[in-house]
Amino acid sequence: MTNGWVDIKNTDMMLIMGGNPAENHPCGFKWAMEAKRNRNAKIISVDPRFTRTSSVADLFCQIRAGTDIAFLGGVINYAIQNNRIAKEYVVNYTNAAFVVESDFKMPGDTDGVFSGFNEAKTSYDRSSWNYAGANSAGGGKTAQNPGPSTGQASMPAPLPPLPEKVDYDLTLQNPNCVFQLLKKHYSRYTPEIIERITGIPKEQFLKAAELFTSVRKDGDMKKAATVIYAVGWTHHTFGTQIIRTAAMLQLLMGNVGRAGGGVNALRGHSNIQGATDMAGLYDTIPGYLKVPTPADGSFDAWMKRVTPTASKPAPWDSWNYYSNTPKFTVSFMKTMYGAAATKENGWAFDYLPKVDRDYSWTNLWNDMYKGTVKGMLAFGMNGVAIGPDSNKNIDALKKADWLVVGEIYQDETSEFWKSPRVIAQGDMKQIQTTVYRLPCAGFAEKDGSFTNSARWLLWKNAAVPTPGDCRLDQAIVAEIFLKVRDLYKKESGKFPDPILKLSWPYTVANSPPLSEVLKELNGKALADLEDPVTKVQIKAGQQLPGFAWLKDDGTTACGNWIYSGSFTEAGNQTARRDPSDPSNMGVHPGWGWSWPANRRVLYNRASCDADGKPWDSTRPQVWWNEGAQKWVGNDVPDFKADSKPMDHMGPFIMNAEGVGRIFAPLAAFADGPFPEFYEPIESPIDNLLHAGRTHNPVVTKFKDSDDKFGTPKEGYNVVCTTFRLTEHYHYWTKNNPMNVQLVPEPFIEMAAEMADEMGIRGGEKVKVSSARGDYIAKAMVTKRIKAMMIDGKKTYQIGIPFHWGYRGIAEDEGKTSRTLVNALTHTASDPNAHTPEFKGFLVKVEKA
Amino acid sequence: MSQATLRVQKISGHAGSVPGDDAQREYTVCKLIDTTTCIGCKACEVACMEWNDLPFGETVFDNTYQTMPETRWNYWNLILFNEHEKEDGSLMWLMRKNQCMHCADPGCLAACPSDGAIVQYTNGIVDFQQANCIGCGYCITGCPFDIPKMNPKTNRVFKCTLCADRVSEGLEPACIKSCPTGCLHFGSKEDMLDIAEKRAKQLREHSDYPKAGVYDPKGVGGTGVVYVLHDATQPEIYGGLPANPTIPWSVRLWKGPLKWLGNAAMLGGLLGLAIHYLRYGPKEREETIKEPHEGAEP
Repeated sequence: MTNGWVDIKNTDMMLIMGGNPAENHPCGFKWAMEAKRNRNAKIISVDPRFTRTSSVADLFCQIRAGTDIAFLGGVINYAIQNNRIAKEYVVNYTNAAFVVESDFKMPGDTDGVFSGFNEAKTSYDRSSWNYAGANSAGGGKTAQNPGPSTGQASMPAPLPPLPEKVDYDLTLQNPNCVFQLLKKHYSRYTPEIIERITGIPKEQFLKAAELFTSVRKDGDMKKAATVIYAVGWTHHTFGTQIIRTAAMLQLLMGNVGRAGGGVNALRGHSNIQGATDMAGLYDTIPGYLKVPTPADGSFDAWMKRVTPTASKPAPWDSWNYYSNTPKFTVSFMKTMYGAAATKENGWAFDYLPKVDRDYSWTNLWNDMYKGTVKGMLAFGMNGVAIGPDSNKNIDALKKADWLVVGEIYQDETSEFWKSPRVIAQGDMKQIQTTVYRLPCAGFAEKDGSFTNSARWLLWKNAAVPTPGDCRLDQAIVAEIFLKVRDLYKKESGKFPDPILKLSWPYTVANSPPLSEVLKELNGKALADLEDPVTKVQIKAGQQLPGFAWLKDDGTTACGNWIYSGSFTEAGNQTARRDPSDPSNMGVHPGWGWSWPANRRVLYNRASCDADGKPWDSTRPQVWWNEGAQKWVGNDVPDFKADSKPMDHMGPFIMNAEGVGRIFAPLAAFADGPFPEFYEPIESPIDNLLHAGRTHNPVVTKFKDSDDKFGTPKEGYNVVCTTFRLTEHYHYWTKNNPMNVQLVPEPFIEMAAEMADEMGIRGGEKVKVSSARGDYIAKAMVTKRIKAMMIDGKKTYQIGIPFHWGYRGIAEDEGKTSRTLVNALTHTASDPNAHTPEFKGFLVKVEKA
Repeated sequence: MSQATLRVQKISGHAGSVPGDDAQREYTVCKLIDTTTCIGCKACEVACMEWNDLPFGETVFDNTYQTMPETRWNYWNLILFNEHEKEDGSLMWLMRKNQCMHCADPGCLAACPSDGAIVQYTNGIVDFQQANCIGCGYCITGCPFDIPKMNPKTNRVFKCTLCADRVSEGLEPACIKSCPTGCLHFGSKEDMLDIAEKRAKQLREHSDYPKAGVYDPKGVGGTGVVYVLHDATQPEIYGGLPANPTIPWSVRLWKGPLKWLGNAAMLGGLLGLAIHYLRYGPKEREETIKEPHEGAEP
């Protein structure tokens, strides 16, 4: 979240789309209710189904799953056409005024693709996706290596750099300025075409667009609107671009950085934010720093590639905070390898694995399916159930030599060989995979911190000891590491140093205390340090107060720069529990600790006008204090503390431009600087914007595998989406009698009209099939899903909650069909985030 | 049944004076349920089961998100889910937390013939005392909200106690504590009505609910549970909430004008009993009442 859970209470308007927080985040949703009760805030719920969230919304639009970009692009068009944009904010805080290179072309002109598309390679040469401008002689002219490619092993060609001095037009009239290009691009997203694509009647769409943009009526800047989403936006082959469309809309309306505004991702698990912060994704190291690739060759080459240089209009200032990347990275290397990381050996650059291609989820399973991945350690997840195409994943596990599952229940993954399909095929005895199931600790049996959606780290203590032989996850991982290290010590190997020299400073080597791990993430001084301005000193060995102290000379260690400040000399900041909130704006500065620097709302400089005065004086977050000549506030200013407003430093300090990106240049995204609407991989119609280019042209999709896709011609003509229930948590609570009592068994939500036509009554069994597999459960016949007119054709959607499988209370009692929802889903993924398209695929529905 | 240390002001089937009747009145407690901010998360259902140590039961899929068709003797708090189409064709998914309404004029208590099986405390909580229950089921017919339910194995009737045990210790009921959205409030009847009326007014003025209002039916003397409804003119759409609940006329007659008849019948019964005793002698009690939560172990 750019903002936070509690901050939602400050909002005047909520667009909740691609998420169902009343269902999936009921505790956090209290703040939405607070906003309704205390501010008369409105909720617009856009969803394929009328959900628990819709039940408390002021306006509901039923959308066809996967058409969100069409809807949001339409709202952008509406905001521009009806002057519902924040003009001063847009000119000063976004790149709307930046002029784009003349050879940049958009899908409206080039039949559905942006300039630079290579049909044979299904990838873009993104060099034309750049600003026009100039570089000072000799400086910053290194070509950009765009990083690991998506899907294919070959490395794409290097890109030109961003210009240092960007051409701009503050009147926004230049036909090639970002604003004019944006306006032109989304002028194609008319209410009429939106109705045909999304199924939302034109009048209904206009109502929603009018209501959402009403916060900027008559140029008023006081109100704030928020966009709230979850995996309903990420589970698409263009998920990143859906979120970008929302971010662009929020920038246009001046809602980013504002209390009650922002673009707010709701994470589906209590610590999934922490997982991504800690490099749960293969293409980052902790703190969202970019991984090295084989092409980097040396630490310096790596840093040169990933450290941006400022790119802005000449009179403006840009802090370009990622210019500190070498400091963060050297400190990370010192944490990893301690004394073994020296300037001379490039901070042990050779020890760090180089990422040469896409190692995302679907690729790993595909590699196992192909027999190149021989074993898997599966902790804290139920792989065959949560990944797409469960049957393929089960087939992949059949080919593995070994599988280690750390779990608290006997889950589908550890019993993949008992899946009904394997039983039916009768090949259970041919499976040679050795499965080790290790009893792990449950969440209440471990201490440690959770990082919530709001970026707040909250320490918790273990409530009960682990039962029986159960062990903490970190104890199991540590034990494996120590055994492997012993083997290397004894037998050596091809390259033992990365293992032998890995820093392992924990007081209990075979079960590292998590408080020590958090201290390590926070970082410490390795030599005596002194701040040149304030003369504050830190002694060697002391915990660092924050990431501003990090150095690129090896005198600091820090495991994750964004977590620096979480465990200081003052103790574990994440364990703080001071509920007070002096500003009454939901900041609660003494409750836990949020990254970065205990800042609760990101980009909060943008909550003020160009002179540094809050847009809304009743909700002051930060402001320029003329007397003290610095930024102060109720929240920690997300800005250079002494940068005078007249210097015009951009509030989006993490971008090289210093401003928010309405146009995302060069390597930022694989599939375009502006989001364009593409149909899901399986769609009932061709793309109405450009029939020749129906899908995301650079989608990640296996071409050499057994993955199957269905079409309406083959009878797959019902749009299917998956969802979660309040009553259940993932694939766990089907083992808990209380949750099972609340919702006893799986079901399939379908429209009453559809059920009537098919002669299905509620409670009767229905079989849903995709090109990949089948799912059988009882029908929930409801008015909450309605037939939709998609391009003039009646189209049905169904929704399936995903909490069941072939192991659990109802399953073991033979009360379910023991099928997995993800047997239906396919592996095509978003080219940026690599998230598979779990939502908006095609199925057949019949009586079982 | 609770172990509350609250003063009683009304007692079922009781002829003599009532201990708390003329005592200084405490304030009347009340639950406020704002259906317009309820998201049907069922936290209250789970909290009710956990606090009252009720056993898990089996449920079956019934084409709804509702946990079970109606409250059970061991499931006192149930959110009712109803899909309601408005005149303009738009849909409302109404969620109403259903439980004992703790009527000021409780039909169950009026109908109950057993001395002390149902009491009303001075704070308004209506509480069943299963030790005194004779299993006749009259309370079930006396309730206009269809709340009390009989355990068929023990022949004892149960319902929500408004967590009288917690309330007597100054705590809020378990359901209130668990509510994540703040749609549940607890306090004095006066305060709850004040909050409810303000919320209803806000809904009328700032939302698309011009008929929003408060449900506190007069036919039962007002209730210890009040609702804010999006449409107070149609309480029936919220899973059959009666528009004008009253105590059945048969119960009124029985406890009012015809009470002498009952007394006469009772006198007759006693007479018969005396004759029976004189003729056949005393009868041994067959069995003691078991702990009501049988099978409470999960």
